[in-house]
Amino acid sequence: MIPSAVRLREEFVAGERSAVETVRETFARIRQSEPALHAFLSLDEPGALAAAAALDRRRADGESLGSLAGVPIGVKDLIGVRGSRTTCGSRMLAEYIAPYDATVVERLRQADAIIVGKTNLDEFAMGSSNEHSAFGRACNPWDLSLVSGGSSGGSAVAVAADQVPITLGTDTGGSIRQPAAFCGIVGLKPTYGLVSRYGVVAYASSLDQVGPMGRTAADCAALLQAIGGPDRRDSTSARREVGEFSPPDSLRGLRIGWVPEQFGPGLDPIVSESVESALRWFESQGAVRVPVELPYARFGIASYYVIASSEASSNLERFDGAHYGFRADGSDVTDLDRLYRATRTAGFGAEVKRRILLGTFALSAGHADAYYGRASRVRRAIRDDFDRVWQQVDLLLGPTTPTPPFPAAAKTSDPLAMYLADVYTVLANLAGLPAVSFPVEPTDTRLPIGAQLTGPPFSDQRLLGLVHRYQQEHDWHLRRPDPIGLPAGIPVSGADS
Amino acid sequence: MKTPEFETIVGLEVHVQLSTRTKLFCGCATSFGAEPNTQVCPVCLGLPGALPVVNREAIRLAIVTGLALDGSIPEVTRWDRKNYFYPDLPKGYQISQLDHPIVDGGSLELPGDESPPRRIGFIRAHLEEDAGKSLHDEREGKADTRIDLNRAGTPLLEIVSRPEIRSAQEAKRFLTELKLLLEHLGVSDCNMEEGSLRVDANVNLRVSTPEGPVPTPIVEVKNLNSFRAVERAIEFEQQRQLGEFLATGRRQGEAPKQTRGWDDASQTTRLQREKEESADYRYFPDPDLVPIVVSRDLIESLRGELNRRPSAIRHRLIATCGLSDYDAEVLLQMGPAAIAYFDQVAETSSDPKRAANWLQQDVARALKERGESIDRFPLKPERLGELLRRVAAGELTTAQAKDVFRRLTEADVEVEGAMRDLGIASVDPSAIDRLCRELLAEHPQSVADYRSGKLQALGALIGAARKRDRNADPNRVRERLLELLAETA
Repeated sequence: MIPSAVRLREEFVAGERSAVETVRETFARIRQSEPALHAFLSLDEPGALAAAAALDRRRADGESLGSLAGVPIGVKDLIGVRGSRTTCGSRMLAEYIAPYDATVVERLRQADAIIVGKTNLDEFAMGSSNEHSAFGRACNPWDLSLVSGGSSGGSAVAVAADQVPITLGTDTGGSIRQPAAFCGIVGLKPTYGLVSRYGVVAYASSLDQVGPMGRTAADCAALLQAIGGPDRRDSTSARREVGEFSPPDSLRGLRIGWVPEQFGPGLDPIVSESVESALRWFESQGAVRVPVELPYARFGIASYYVIASSEASSNLERFDGAHYGFRADGSDVTDLDRLYRATRTAGFGAEVKRRILLGTFALSAGHADAYYGRASRVRRAIRDDFDRVWQQVDLLLGPTTPTPPFPAAAKTSDPLAMYLADVYTVLANLAGLPAVSFPVEPTDTRLPIGAQLTGPPFSDQRLLGLVHRYQQEHDWHLRRPDPIGLPAGIPVSGADS
Repeated sequence: MKTPEFETIVGLEVHVQLSTRTKLFCGCATSFGAEPNTQVCPVCLGLPGALPVVNREAIRLAIVTGLALDGSIPEVTRWDRKNYFYPDLPKGYQISQLDHPIVDGGSLELPGDESPPRRIGFIRAHLEEDAGKSLHDEREGKADTRIDLNRAGTPLLEIVSRPEIRSAQEAKRFLTELKLLLEHLGVSDCNMEEGSLRVDANVNLRVSTPEGPVPTPIVEVKNLNSFRAVERAIEFEQQRQLGEFLATGRRQGEAPKQTRGWDDASQTTRLQREKEESADYRYFPDPDLVPIVVSRDLIESLRGELNRRPSAIRHRLIATCGLSDYDAEVLLQMGPAAIAYFDQVAETSSDPKRAANWLQQDVARALKERGESIDRFPLKPERLGELLRRVAAGELTTAQAKDVFRRLTEADVEVEGAMRDLGIASVDPSAIDRLCRELLAEHPQSVADYRSGKLQALGALIGAARKRDRNADPNRVRERLLELLAETA
């Protein structure tokens, strides 16, 4: 087991471990489990060792050290890291080297985190199982035959399998929270605008957010602190700082909303009972359970897939073979239209094409009002629903996913069934709200189950604070899957909290 | 058959490149003529992950233009994506404005002596980013195309007129006045060769028939690379459309909308494409950008710039400075820098008319000889003003002033110094007066000779004056002598 990011930094700053030592251990662990897991699409051991050595020198020179100094981190391969491949899980960008750092990556460097590699994902972040990665899926460490969730599957697996303590994911409709739930870790989708999107390859710009993934709420808070806050290069960036991580001393009087409909048909009883157990714990601590209504929530999935696909159809137009990335060059490529067609036919996978077609149709003349227009109106209605809810409660607690992690190939031939995996998560994206998934007691299974807390805009640190309180009283987040590819006899370091 | 009467209907779309230092959504330079693909960054290259950030200066220039065209500036203006594939469009969409343009309506009064004055209305003006340039190399059967993205992301303001222009000549008048306005407001350099002003014309006819006026199909003419081309293309289309109408009888709605290109060599328009339906650009609000809220304070603060409108300058030059319509027009056509130069010269010399004359003649000629623009002219307007002040005060003659002017364009010296260098002493007008009175008193015979009709006697007096004072300007002496002789007659 690896210490938490917070602990690692403390140990590094205190001189109890060197950054180089941490990186060596990290890559040793990765080498053990990676062949079975496929959490990473690329690894940069020389780069990480060089960064670690530089950091060790700076520590020796008594220089000031960043908030994530000496902490190894994985970055979702949708996020640009200068000089390294940024494939987006797509054949289209299989050889694309990002020429500049995303803002979040710049900030990781400023915080002295050590980037070890780029994590696996569904192609262009479109998917809920990581099976739409052009390079093969990341496997769930709790059971390799199960999906990791997606699209930030690699980021979730890397943390769950103790490869690295923290990772960056992106969440457009649940892509951080759903794999976090499936792998038994914490994942936060921040308030829209709290974290810069500059340098993050766009899937659906009005919904995309970068967020932290980790084993503990405290690690996620530290990572959010490092990457969040205003960025002049992103016009949709909020002029708000992340704020301090200060978990509450007491939960007395906390009004927790729950939406009865979310616990009705469609929710697997195993998940339902696990989330209930968390609700009951909050009640036992003095919180009050308040039933609330989100009348438009049932249109969330439809609205989400129309809006996300519409934006995606436009965002992905730049991948045309003319400027960078994959270009088809067969003998049939005799004019511009054929170049576009051949490049995009061969470069994109089936799910990406499906969403491009869906979005192109939804925006086309004569249909735009019935689809994109109506979906946007539903989105506003959902926002209004939430605004009303915040008059009554402080936050919402519900399931992250309708089911426990499902087997690979179970839903790949039924896109609609796959889309329904996001039924509880898309609402926070549509409304721009922060939402965090955290592992709760798996009452009737050995697999991880996640519960989701959703709060008003900019309550991100507050949500993490509440999860922290839960984690102080429970150890579900410290449960590990059986070691994978780890020969007996390799010592593991002590438990962390 | 007798040629029927018809009316020409023209609406113009004018794409104006705004004079911002940097592009509309990134910090890259907009200057013309750089090596291909040297003024680019992740944003204007459309690289994955790059995001646009609006250039505030472009917003300011668009608002100033809107106010100057008497348009209204909505409180909220929004960005939309116009989606289409083309290699010079690296993102696969152009950021433009569909439903909420930065300027609504407006009109432009054409200068002239019609009563009431002729006004052409506007539908709207919206901001958008320019595309890059495709450079086709088709030598030896190669179909090699290279893309230069230096221009990609350059801010454009597309100004759309109502179809209220009624002739080729009126189109040219309208464009001339619009260009003047854009130049004087500092909105654009309007350089057509460099593409910073581009015009498309929508042309059709309303033909008189026994059943009443019948509109012909609208034709969009592109590739108009000069105002002259606009004029000629409209004239050509009048004849072509009339001929086609007479031959086919097809009216608007009965034929697909045509796009035709102007061909300068043959002085004709050629069919580029016919479209049954308009292309589907799948416009939708750009989620990477937030709507711009234009504050009333900003608008009020920009109203001050409207005194640089040509109509305002015209009025000022004629009513306040006392210039003729013609002089005012010549100065306006010399551009905003010339107006600023003129204002300074007029102020320092307190003689606007003389300032206007010098600007149109001596300054214009010097600029032409030197091949310079007025903002690089070495003679500062304060100095020219000082020179003209001295001329007006009679301290030196116009002929001397021209020598001093030349000297001032060659060396960085004050007027006083230039006169000294040229051996021109500043003449005190009262000294000349004194000199002339003394001469008249001392040479009664010459005075008598002059009065009896011997005009050569004046020459003798001038000669005497020169003997007494080498610097005495013969012309001034002659002038003053004549005045004194007339007074004492």
